[in-house]
Amino acid sequence: MNLPAASVMETPAANAALLEVRSIEKRFGRREVLKRLSLNIGAGEFLTMLGESGSGKTTLLRLIAGFEQPTSGEIWMAGERLDTLPPYKRRVNTVFQNYALFPHLSVQENVAYGLRVGKISKTELAERVTAALQMVKMLEYAAARPAKLSGGQQQRVALARALINRPKLLLLDEPLSALDANLRKQMQGELKSLQRQLGITFLFVTHDQEEAMALSDRIALLKAGVLEQIASPREIYSRPVTAYTAEFIGQTNLLHAELRDGVAVCGALRWRPNLSTPIAPLKNGPVLFSLRPEAIMFASSTLPADSARFRAKIHQQLYGGATEMLELDCGAGQLLRARIPARAALTGEYDFAFLPSDAIPVREGA
Amino acid sequence: MYSRLYKSLVSIPPLLWVSVFLLLPYALMLVHSFWLVRDGILVHDWNLQNYLKVVQNPVYASVLFRTVRIAASVTLLSLLLGYPLAYYLSFHAGPRKELLYQLVIVPLWVSYLVRGYAWKTILGSDGVLNGFLHYAHITNEPVAFFLYSPFAVVLMLTHIYTPFVFLPIYASLEHIPRPLLEASQDLGATPRATFFRVILPLSMPGLLAGATFAFVLSLGDFLAPLLVGGPSSTMIANIVQSLFGSAYDWPLGAAISVCILVLTISLLVFSERLEKRWAFK
Amino acid sequence: MSGSAQTRRAPLLGAYCFLVFAFIYLPVVILIIYSFNHDGVGGFPPRHLTLDWYRQLFADSAIWDTVLNSLIVAVSAVALSLTLGLLAALALDRASFPGKALFRRLVLLPLILPGIITGLSLLMFAVVSGMHLSLFTVFLGHGTALISVATTELFAGLQKLDRAQEEASLDLGATPWRTFWRITLPNLKLSLVAAGLLIFTLSMDEIAVSFFLIGRENTLPLEIWGRLRRGITPEINAISTLIFLVSVILIVIWYRIRSRSLRADARELH
Repeated sequence: MNLPAASVMETPAANAALLEVRSIEKRFGRREVLKRLSLNIGAGEFLTMLGESGSGKTTLLRLIAGFEQPTSGEIWMAGERLDTLPPYKRRVNTVFQNYALFPHLSVQENVAYGLRVGKISKTELAERVTAALQMVKMLEYAAARPAKLSGGQQQRVALARALINRPKLLLLDEPLSALDANLRKQMQGELKSLQRQLGITFLFVTHDQEEAMALSDRIALLKAGVLEQIASPREIYSRPVTAYTAEFIGQTNLLHAELRDGVAVCGALRWRPNLSTPIAPLKNGPVLFSLRPEAIMFASSTLPADSARFRAKIHQQLYGGATEMLELDCGAGQLLRARIPARAALTGEYDFAFLPSDAIPVREGA
Repeated sequence: MYSRLYKSLVSIPPLLWVSVFLLLPYALMLVHSFWLVRDGILVHDWNLQNYLKVVQNPVYASVLFRTVRIAASVTLLSLLLGYPLAYYLSFHAGPRKELLYQLVIVPLWVSYLVRGYAWKTILGSDGVLNGFLHYAHITNEPVAFFLYSPFAVVLMLTHIYTPFVFLPIYASLEHIPRPLLEASQDLGATPRATFFRVILPLSMPGLLAGATFAFVLSLGDFLAPLLVGGPSSTMIANIVQSLFGSAYDWPLGAAISVCILVLTISLLVFSERLEKRWAFK
Repeated sequence: MSGSAQTRRAPLLGAYCFLVFAFIYLPVVILIIYSFNHDGVGGFPPRHLTLDWYRQLFADSAIWDTVLNSLIVAVSAVALSLTLGLLAALALDRASFPGKALFRRLVLLPLILPGIITGLSLLMFAVVSGMHLSLFTVFLGHGTALISVATTELFAGLQKLDRAQEEASLDLGATPWRTFWRITLPNLKLSLVAAGLLIFTLSMDEIAVSFFLIGRENTLPLEIWGRLRRGITPEINAISTLIFLVSVILIVIWYRIRSRSLRADARELH
């Protein structure tokens, strides 16, 4: 492995940090769930914590909400220590995965719940409840009981209930995972525009990388309790730092190449990579590259001279509507995936090519 | 999947048995309440005299009143003991929850008589409690009212019914999804507020079930007054029992029993309706 | 995937609960201690611990006769209640007939009604039908009242039964009769044993219903009751202690069986 172990490449938040997670460690018994994790969330940003189950993303969320205590480390919000406060004193609200609506209260009583804690006049309470319900388009269900609502409707009520308290930070624990695909897409759009409209900082947890990319200003990818990479969706897709990131977000071909005198060789592929990388210059020896399937195209004369060309047989063709995924057999067991615009069925051998700048060097692990 | 024959075979025997040995006896009791005893002999004269006696006799009214008071005290005390216990087990017991649950359940099924007898030996003038108080120089004379008083009856029945009350409350507390409590705190409610606004309302069905159980069974209890109650604690069931015993007047006894039965069933129906209204989900 | 929430300590509440536990257990513990007390049932502190009362108990043949009576009644009641309870549970689980809701209420009624009502109504029935009061009438009383316990346990067991197993059996050519014996019943084994244990214990301890149905021969609880009228002796403490111990053992076994079947269900769900 050529790239020296260095700090995670981070795109900083656009605004001043609202929430600072400082070296948080969390252990359950002997199991270490979060390992000295630090990150900042900017005011007004939509940050998504992405990862598999067991990555620690939900645990971190619960730490910020106050339902768990860190084993060590601190959490600060708006210049004040947060983790020493009990959950009911934090200006943080949560939208729970299964909504956690109070079954014995009506929709409007649910939404008004947090307001009743403080001293607030009846008229103001009624006004704010109405406004909140209108915002999520659930006003006509104000008197209904949660049991009578569908999943999507319950989710909106949970959202209104959390937002009415005007929290500084809204935590969303996989709120869309219980919805079916179409409803999910619709709610994604609504959440995004709601966040823009209100300007509240959202911390969103999901395991669905497409969802993360669609919604977020930045994505924080967690793996086994460690922050793998934190960057904007475009950044994290086009410049993944590790192989894990490259594979988790989108699809990729991982090329175990050998670099010698400026030329990278991997099976049937040869090309001249850019030797200076954002982290450190590439040196001779084994280097791991990430090549996205859409970067591979049919070879043609219009391509620049330094394109890497290779010949491969079409092993499989997976039709996908707008595009197709080709499995290419480059010989000696080397298989690559290429995404091309859909065309008629193909067989036989063809010439393919890719731009060297599309082969991104990545580390094995963080 | 199940043939008519199968279904008949399984339903007819219990139906038959229950009709003969439950329904019929209740009907017989009802019938008896309309008859009379003249000169020590049961006479099948249909009349409403027994019910008139029930309503008019001031002794019955005061005994019933005392019975209701005792049953209410037992219910209240059992709730005061049983609810916190169930709450603690459900929310604070952690890994020892299972063991503690067993510890509460097991005495539940152990003989009523054994437990009542234990109180009898403890509360008497030369019982264990008085002995202890004397030994510890807290009193010089034995305290008389411990035993053979309504106090003793309430104490004994509370002891019997606290585990009964605990059971349904614990079940309904366990049913409360824990995310609801987190949501409540997340929205700004302190643990105390969370209890009153979320936990207590959601545990009402269990509380009602337990309270009804304790009240109804205490109402109809006749053994506790005989064991530890003494003459000042006669309850309505004792009157019935003596009418079927030495005071030989079965029709009158049947009439009072029917009243108890009607009262009990009304309470059960009422409680069930309330439970349904307060059960969410 | 949520982390386990730490159980908050609540020392005041914990102390209160300890007191409640003490209230529940102390009387019986005192009773047990005084069964070894030489100086009788009361007073404080207990001195001169002795086994005399137990010796007296074991020599007391009258009590053991009643123990035998109680055993006979209990075992018979178990047989009757389990049989009728199984049929009732099957009927409630699988058949629909007019008045089913009423039937269910009726079967469960003796559980929630004061014993005196059940006892007296059966007494009237016995008298009207010309039956002499005896252990047989006691058996009828227990058997009838405890059907409710059997039905409840067996119904719960039936609900957990995988219907597909019975369907598979029928599909493979077995008659409903055979299916019942080879598939349904074995699956209910745990429920049957649990119900049987519970009914046995309740019958041995039963006093309110038996009070009115007893003939010349006593059951154990009623024998003790009678002796209490004559005066309290630590021998009664001794027999009570034994009753307590046996009941506890039986109930713990019952509880373990129930937990085992619950855990088996949980495993199947994975």
